[in-house]
Formats: sequence, C-alpha cells, structure tokens
Amino acid sequence: MHQIWLVPAFPLIGFILNGLFGKFFGKRFVSIVGPLSIGLAFLQSLVLFFAMLSTEGHALHEQLYTWMQSGILNLDVGFQVDQLSGLFLLIITGVGFLIHVYSIGYMYEEDAFYRFFAYLNLFVFFMLILVLGDNFILMFVGWEGVGLCSYLLIGYYFEKQSAIDASKKAFITNRIGDFGFLSGVMLIFIYFNTLNFSEVNSSAGTVLENGGLIVTLITLFLFLGATGKSAQIPLYVWLPDAMEGPTPVSALIHAATMVTSGLYMIARLSHLFVLAPITMAIVASVGAVTAILAATIAITQTDIKRVLAYSTVSQLGYMFLAMGVGAFGVGIFHVMTHAFFKALLFLCSGAVIYSLHHEQDMMKMGALRKKLPVTFATMMIGTIAITGIPPFAGFFSKDEILWKTWSSGNFALWFIGFLTALLTSFYMFRLMFLTFYGNSRVDPHTESHIHESPVSMLAPLVVLAILSIFGGFFGVPHILHFLPNGIEHYFEGFYAEVQAGHGTVTAEIILMVLSVFVAALIPAWFAWKTYGGKLDTADQRKENFAFFHNLSLNKYYVDEIYNGGIIQPIKKISDLVFWKWIDVGVIDRFVHLTGDVARASGGLIRGLQNGVLQQYAIIFALGTLAILYYLVFFPY
Amino acid sequence: MKSVFMRLGTSIGVFLLPLIIAAQSYAADSIESSSSVGFPILSLIIFSPLLGALFAILLRNGYGGLSADIATFVSSLLTLGVCAFLLTKFDSNFYGFQFVEKLPWIDRFGINYYLGIDGVSLFLVMVAAFLLPSALLATWKTKEKSWAFQVQIMMLQIGILGSFMALDSILFYTFFELMLVPLYFMIGIWGGSNRIYATTKFFIYTVFGSLLLLASLIYTGILYHEAFGHWSFSIPDWYQLSIPAATQMWLFIGFCLAFAIKAPLFPFHTWLPDAHYEAPTLGSVELAGLLLKLGPYGIIRFVIPLFPDASDTYVPFLIYFGLIGIIYGGLVAMVQQKLKKLIAYSSVAHMGYIVVGIFVFNVQGLAGGLIQMVNHALVTGALFLCVGMIYGRTHTQEISEYGGVVHTMPIFSAFFLFFSLASIGLPGLNGFVGELMIMLGAARLNVIYAVLAASGVIVAAVYMLWMYQRVIFGPVKNDVIRNLKDLTPREIVLLLPLAISTLVLGVYPQPFFERVNATLEGYVKEFNADEFHAKHKFDLAAYWEAKKSKQ
Repeated sequence: MHQIWLVPAFPLIGFILNGLFGKFFGKRFVSIVGPLSIGLAFLQSLVLFFAMLSTEGHALHEQLYTWMQSGILNLDVGFQVDQLSGLFLLIITGVGFLIHVYSIGYMYEEDAFYRFFAYLNLFVFFMLILVLGDNFILMFVGWEGVGLCSYLLIGYYFEKQSAIDASKKAFITNRIGDFGFLSGVMLIFIYFNTLNFSEVNSSAGTVLENGGLIVTLITLFLFLGATGKSAQIPLYVWLPDAMEGPTPVSALIHAATMVTSGLYMIARLSHLFVLAPITMAIVASVGAVTAILAATIAITQTDIKRVLAYSTVSQLGYMFLAMGVGAFGVGIFHVMTHAFFKALLFLCSGAVIYSLHHEQDMMKMGALRKKLPVTFATMMIGTIAITGIPPFAGFFSKDEILWKTWSSGNFALWFIGFLTALLTSFYMFRLMFLTFYGNSRVDPHTESHIHESPVSMLAPLVVLAILSIFGGFFGVPHILHFLPNGIEHYFEGFYAEVQAGHGTVTAEIILMVLSVFVAALIPAWFAWKTYGGKLDTADQRKENFAFFHNLSLNKYYVDEIYNGGIIQPIKKISDLVFWKWIDVGVIDRFVHLTGDVARASGGLIRGLQNGVLQQYAIIFALGTLAILYYLVFFPY
Repeated sequence: MKSVFMRLGTSIGVFLLPLIIAAQSYAADSIESSSSVGFPILSLIIFSPLLGALFAILLRNGYGGLSADIATFVSSLLTLGVCAFLLTKFDSNFYGFQFVEKLPWIDRFGINYYLGIDGVSLFLVMVAAFLLPSALLATWKTKEKSWAFQVQIMMLQIGILGSFMALDSILFYTFFELMLVPLYFMIGIWGGSNRIYATTKFFIYTVFGSLLLLASLIYTGILYHEAFGHWSFSIPDWYQLSIPAATQMWLFIGFCLAFAIKAPLFPFHTWLPDAHYEAPTLGSVELAGLLLKLGPYGIIRFVIPLFPDASDTYVPFLIYFGLIGIIYGGLVAMVQQKLKKLIAYSSVAHMGYIVVGIFVFNVQGLAGGLIQMVNHALVTGALFLCVGMIYGRTHTQEISEYGGVVHTMPIFSAFFLFFSLASIGLPGLNGFVGELMIMLGAARLNVIYAVLAASGVIVAAVYMLWMYQRVIFGPVKNDVIRNLKDLTPREIVLLLPLAISTLVLGVYPQPFFERVNATLEGYVKEFNADEFHAKHKFDLAAYWEAKKSKQ
C-alpha cells in the first residue's frame, strides 16, 4: 500500500482544524496549519511520484471502500497515481504550498483569515480528489467541490455586491458545464456499464464505433463540461469576473489548478477523444478562437488582474488547441509551465496591489520598478516566460503547441495561434510598462506609503520565478538535441496514439525563429514605444481605433448579449408565463372552478327550496306536465 | 371555533386509535412474524406517538418543570429508539415483508390489520422517526404552539408511520386519510394570514385524490373477489391478481391521480406552495419531509405491481410530467419572492426526479428514487427548519426584506449554505447520490430522459444560490437584520443530526443500498421490469442508423 489517501487527507484535516477552531486559536495557528497541511501533502506526493515512476506500468492504485452499488452500477472510492495524476499532484500541492505561504502575508490583515485558509485548504482537497479519483463520479466530486470553493472564495468579500454576483456567475456557468459532463457520463454508463477510467479507456475502441455518433456525442458533452471549468467559449465569461476574489485565489484556482481540470479530463480520456475526429476538430477550433478572442480583449483592459485573467483564458485556449490536434502530452506540458508563470504573474500583481493599498487600475500605477525591485524582477521573468522568449519555460511549451498544430496540417489554426502569441507579447509588455515604467500615476497619498512586500510573499515569487526559468527544460524540442525531450518520454504509452505529424526540421526551425522574433520581440518593442514613456501615443491610437477599442474594452458585449438574450428571457418566461399564467392563471383557476361549481350548483338548488308552497306546487305541476308530454309524444 | 376544532382533532386521536391497539392485544396470539423480534414492533412504532399525545394532554397546564413539549419530544425519541432497533434486526437479503403482523379487522370483507416492512418502506419509516425530534425541538416552548398542536403532530406521525407499514389497502387508506386531519388543523388554526384559502385548496385537492383512491381500492377489491371467490384487501394478495387491460386503465388513472396529487406531480402541484406558505414550520417540515413521500411510495406499492398493462401505456407520459416538473418547478422557484414558496417549488422539482426514478423501473432508478425520498425529507425538512428559525426572528418571508444575514448570523448562514448545497445536489452530499442514481437509471431506459433530468441541475443552482445570495450576502439590509441573534445551542443541536446524516449519506451511502437492493431486485423481477425495458428502451445508435439508412 502506498497510502495515496494521505495526500487529500492532509488538506482535509487542515480545513477541519481551520474551519472549526481557527476563529478561536488565532492567526498564528491558522498560518501554521494552512500551509503545513499542503506542505505535507506535497511531501507525500513526491514520495508517490517516485514510487509511481519506479513501478511497472507507472500506475499506483488504491481502493478505499464501496461507495454505491445497486443493480449493475458498482462505484468504489478509489485513487490512482499515474503519469498524468502524478504530475498534477506535484503541481497542485507544490504551487499550492507556495501560494498558501504567500497568503499568510497577503491576507494577514483580514478579519476572516481563518475562513480564507479553511476554504483554500478545502479547495486543495477537492482538487486532489479530482485528479486522484479513478472513476468519473469521484472525479465529479472534486470537479464540483473545486467549483464550490471557487464560489466561496470569489465571494470572499461578501459585503461587495460585485463579488457575490461574480461568485454566483462562476458557479452557475460551471453548472452548465456540469450538465454536459453528467450527460456524457450517462452515455458512457449505458454503453460501457462502468464508470471506471481505466476500463473505459481500455475498451473504448471496441465498444464504440470509431467516429460514430455515440462517441462524438459523449466527447462533445464532456467537452462542454471542460469549457465550463476551463473557461472556453461559450462559457468563459465567469473567469474574468472571478478576479473579484483575493489575488492568491486567482493565482491558485483561476490560473494554476482548477481551470486546468477540463484539460486534465480530456487528457485522462484521450483514448475516447481520439475516436471522435469531429470533436477533436471542435476542441482545437474552440481553443484557438478562445485564445485569440481573449487576447484581443486583454490588450485594452486597464485592471491589472483582468489582463491576467484574459491572458489565462487565452493560454487555456492554447492548451485546448494542443489537445484538439492530438498533442495531449504537449498540452499538459503547457499546463505545467503555465502553472508556474501564471501563478507567478498573479502573485506579483498581488504584490503590486498590496503595495498600493488595493489599487488595481494600471492607469494609477507606473514607475514602480525602483520601489518594488523584487516584484519587478520576478514579474519580468514571468512575462518573458509567457511571451515565449527562450530559454524560459513558456517558450518550450508554446512553441511545441504551435509546431504540433502546424505539423498536423492545421495551418489556419497555427496562424491563429501565432497571432495570439503576438498579441500575448504585446499585452503582457504593455502591462509591465504601464505598471513599472513611465511616469508615476500613483495617487500622491498612496505614493508615500509604497513598500516592498514581506518576505513570506517574496519567497514564493522567487521560487516560482526559478521554476518559470527552468521548468521548460523538461520538454526541449527534438531539434535542439542537447537534452532529451523529457515530456514525451515521461508520457510514453500513456496517451492514445494519434497519427504522427509530418514536418521537416527546417520548417520547425523557421517557425521557431518566426515565433521568437515576430511574435515575441517585435510586439514587445511596439509595446515599449507605446507605453514605455508618456501615454500620448497610446491615447492617440485609442482615438484612431475607437470602434475596435470600445469593442475590446467592453469584451465584445458578450455579457450583455447573454444577459439580454438568454437570462432575462428565461426569467421573464418563468415569471409571467409559467408562474403567473400557467400556475395561477390556468391550474389554480381550474381548482377554484371546482369550488365555484359546487357552490353555484348548491346555490341553484337552494333557490328552489325557498319554502313557498305555491311555488312547489307549480314546479310539481310543471314536472307532471313534462312527464305526460314525454309519455304521450315519444312512446318508443 | 378554534376550541371546537381542537377538541375534534384530539378526540380522534385519543379515543379512536387506542381501540385499535386494544383490538390488537386482544388477538395478540395470531401475530405471525418473519423476524426474530418477539413482540409486535411495528405496532409499537406506529402507536408510540400516542404516548406523547396522552402525556401532552395530561401536561397541558404544566406540571412542575414538565410540559406538553417535553412529553412529545420524549415520545418521539422513544419512537426513534425503537426504529433504530428495528434497523439492526432488518434482514437485508430477504425479499418480502418482514416483521409482519396480521389480525382480522373486518372479517366479512377480508380486511385485516396487516403490517410489514420491506426495503422500500424501511428507510421511509426511519426518516419519519428521525425527522420528528428535530422538528419538535424547533418549535420548543413557543407559546402559540399549545398542547393541542403537539397532539396534532403526534396524530400526524401515527398516520405517516402507519401508511408506510400498512399491507392492507383499507388500513393504508385509513392511515392515509388520518394524516390529512391533523394537517388540516395545523394549517387552518396555526397557519399564516391566508390560511383558510390554503387549507381549502389543500382540502379540495386531496379529497379529490382520496375519493378516487377509495373508489379504485374498493373496485380492485371487488375484482379480487370476482377472480378468487373470496374477499381480500391485502396488498400482497392483490399482486396475484391479473386485471383486464381495459379495466387497468381506469384503475391506473384513479390510483395515479391520488398519488400524483400527493407527490405532487406537475400539474397537480399548486396546492403545495400555498399550503407550505401558510403552514407553521413544523407543518411544513412534516409536509415536505414525509407527507409528499406517500405519492411515490403509493406508486411503488400499488400502481406498478397492480397495473402492468396500463403502466406500459401510460408510464412514458408520467415520466414526461416528472421531467416537466423538474425543469418547470425549478424555473418557477427561481422567480419566487417568498422563502417558503421558493422551497416549495423546489420540492416540486425534487419530486419530479423521484417520480422519474421510479417510473423508469430499473434497480438504479428505484434505488435512486428511494434514497432521494430520504434525502429530500432530510434536506428540505432542514431547509424549512432554517427558514422557520429566521422567520421566527424577522417575521417576514419576503426575500427582498433580507440581505447581509451572514454578518449577524454566521452559524446559521453556514448551516443554510450546507443544506442549500445538498438540495442542489452537490457531489459528496446526499442529494447528488439520489440524482445520479435516478439519472443513470433513466439513461438506461432512454438517454434523452436522463439528459433532460440533468438540465435540472443548472436550474437548481440558479434558484438556490440566487436566493441564498439575496438573503445571506451583501451589506446588512436593515435594522431587523442588524439586531438578529445567531442560532441558540438548541437550534444547533437540532440541525446537527440532519447535517451529519446529509453528509454521511453522501459520502457513504452503501449501507442504505445494501438494505434496499434485495427488495428492489426482487421487485423488478417479480413485476417484469425486463419486459418493460425491452419494449420501451430507446437505442440512440440504432435510431440514428435507421434514420441514416432511410435517407
């Protein structure tokens, strides 16, 4: 036994201790229990990771108990550690630990410090259940559990209307995805009679017809689930609003871990997805379109966290692009590098916000590099990493995704990805220059109080910066032979085989040079020209392109379209048609009618019995006449 | 007027029912029992609330520190204790009725005092016994809830327990009707301002259903007499009956209408929001938690076994109504402006799930329906208790009057969130287990049913979270909210058992399924579920192929 259950058990204990006793034992207690529980989980994850690597078949499995068994349904609570979940374990607990440490400093002034850590611990617990579960339903427990924690943490500042609206939006949007997930699971159940991942993966090819209706439906439903969790079109709208939560939450949940669970699910079911070429094409297209859509929104946002949020949506789009062209390992590789540099970027933005007393508007920043040197340096590393400048982490994974897209023959998708990379470089350097260069636009009152963050916040930044620099060497491309391609070797035999792409070495080198210079360096230079000094040119451009600027600034009015086109009509129909018309107007009226009929018929007969004898006599006489008339004129 | 009602209600309980007990002890030697308990345990459970009622009357003016509240509470704990004992003695592998008690009642027509339980009724009895102590604690020492109110509750409890255990249809009907009387008084006397309208509506609906049920029961009895030459109203005897298909249709409608009104199934649901809204907290808890379960229970017990041909024809339509209820109930719940009405409409949606689960007629669906009945009792009961707690402090049901409750009542907010999440089927809590089972069961009959049912999870999140947000979050709305006091220890104690069982049933529901599986497997075999499935199963792939080849 490898005691896999210990990994989620530590955060769960942390949650219980912080949730029940944190209020009474004080902040010191909470700031020890919170990170410690994740740290222990990380150590156990390391142990399991290496145990997994040294095991035949690279898989550990542990069954805890029978969860529900009835008829042909047989569900156990079982955990598995393999190449995929092993890697996720390390990302979740590793990055999670750093963010917990960071949160001590960032959140220390908060009254509900204990509540924050309780939720954060609970989140890690559910995230671990999500990746460890060996069947769909256990995964779904984690899937919804992280959604719940996300809901609670986005709404952490629950006296703010915008925060609670955002939290509700996140949960409900995710529920639409969950509907897809559940529907896919039900289809799987009726065709496979099991909900176990390994059984479904191993028999997918024999049970379902390749490219058939059923497998396409299943994977499309599951993909709908993925678009909810991983913020893709059409369900991405919740993620930018989720920035209402505290910044460490944005880093952990809305950048590094939870939002990648959709990708995890697809990677987990690669054997199913490769059977549905239509779905794969849709996955790739949705990913590419989301990537560029979010990037075009990011270039005009002025809230520092919103830029990063749209950047996350965009980067997630890249990962789906990789999944869609069958490069599962590469997509997961980008999940990993993205976890490093995006967590870093968010935490840095948090440090800036912290130093400026909760100012998030980049138009009220500027010239901060001298005042916040560590934050500046680490954030610059993160920026270089995300823009794909070698040899930082993002270069390897992003380049690999673009290469796989090209070599699989999807040139149009490659071009979208390439354009996105270009935009990414622009908006990220725009963010850097607006924040750290140029003239200070900081409120004079705040200006005098600017200070670098405490060590507990800076240390995680440094660690993540190091990972953002070196994390990419895990997957050096083939053409640069000085290191073996670790990621391909690591995932060997895990994913479903996709027909290998055909591309020449020359093509790969040309594309690489293109993406470094055209897509990364030139936009950076352009951003420097526009935002490095005074913002006159930026304002000028804003006016020249007012239409596009407004469109981007207002996020293409997608929220307004959803609200006016879907949400309000449903509300109106429910209120006016279903409730006030069908329930009250039709059904109740019918019920009242039965009462009225009874009363009215009673009233009629009562009218006859008025005690006037003469009237009785007349009725008697008329009745007799009527009978006589009948008998005389209608005898048979 | 009020006192007349009270006396009427109490007299029914106190004088009529002991007569039955007396009759039973008179013929105690004829009790046949399949289980190892040496005494009539089911009768003990059913009539143990009488003890509470009697003492509530004796203590109506108080005696020392004792009062009517204490009498009923202690007696409800006693019932619960005996039920727990019953659970330990229940044979999980046995298909058939256990702890059977049978005494002649009206010999001339083969009507018996006939009790027994199986996997279907076991947990319904348990949850009835489990819910009452919490519900009683919730109305502890409230002045307006006089001793007479306590007596009504005890009568209601007898009716509920009896209906779940009765194996003779006339006895079932007696208990079934017995429940209506105390509920009528509870809403009519102790209800809100528009209580007369609500009670009348409730009465019109249920009497309509009951009379149809009675007529159908008697006619089925006559059919039995014609077929076998002797009278019997025992339900297991009736299972031997094969009724001509044309007759089945009429009887099916009679039975189904009665149970559909009770459940309530769309479109017979409009009595529920009004009844809930006007009912006192305890009435709402019992109504939502237990009374509604008689609908699905009756369907399992009578409709499917007795009328296979009619079921074959009509069941798809009933599934449609269940599915409509899931979505429609949720959408209407979304736009409610009053707390209790919102939860009432959510009940319509939940009961839709249960009805779908039962009618898809396979082990998963039935098991899901059963556990969902228990879940709904626990969770909706708890939600009504929560609403009662906050209503008792603010005296308003209007959602718009609330806001920022979390600032003054954090513990309450935590409990309320927990039960709200259970209600919307968050995995890890009990509601999910039931919904999942039902959907999986439905998928095996027709995957489109399952997908439609799954869309209900979206709507559920919308109405529940929106309500929660408006009541709990945001800035403090007004002075009433600002001066709220958080839950008392008593209130925490009464919610805790419900919360724990909600969690346990979500994390480890297997003990539940172990105890119902044998019954359900026997049930689907005895009543030919396979045949039904073979006929109605919808194969998407085959349908698609057929469509393609046509073109």
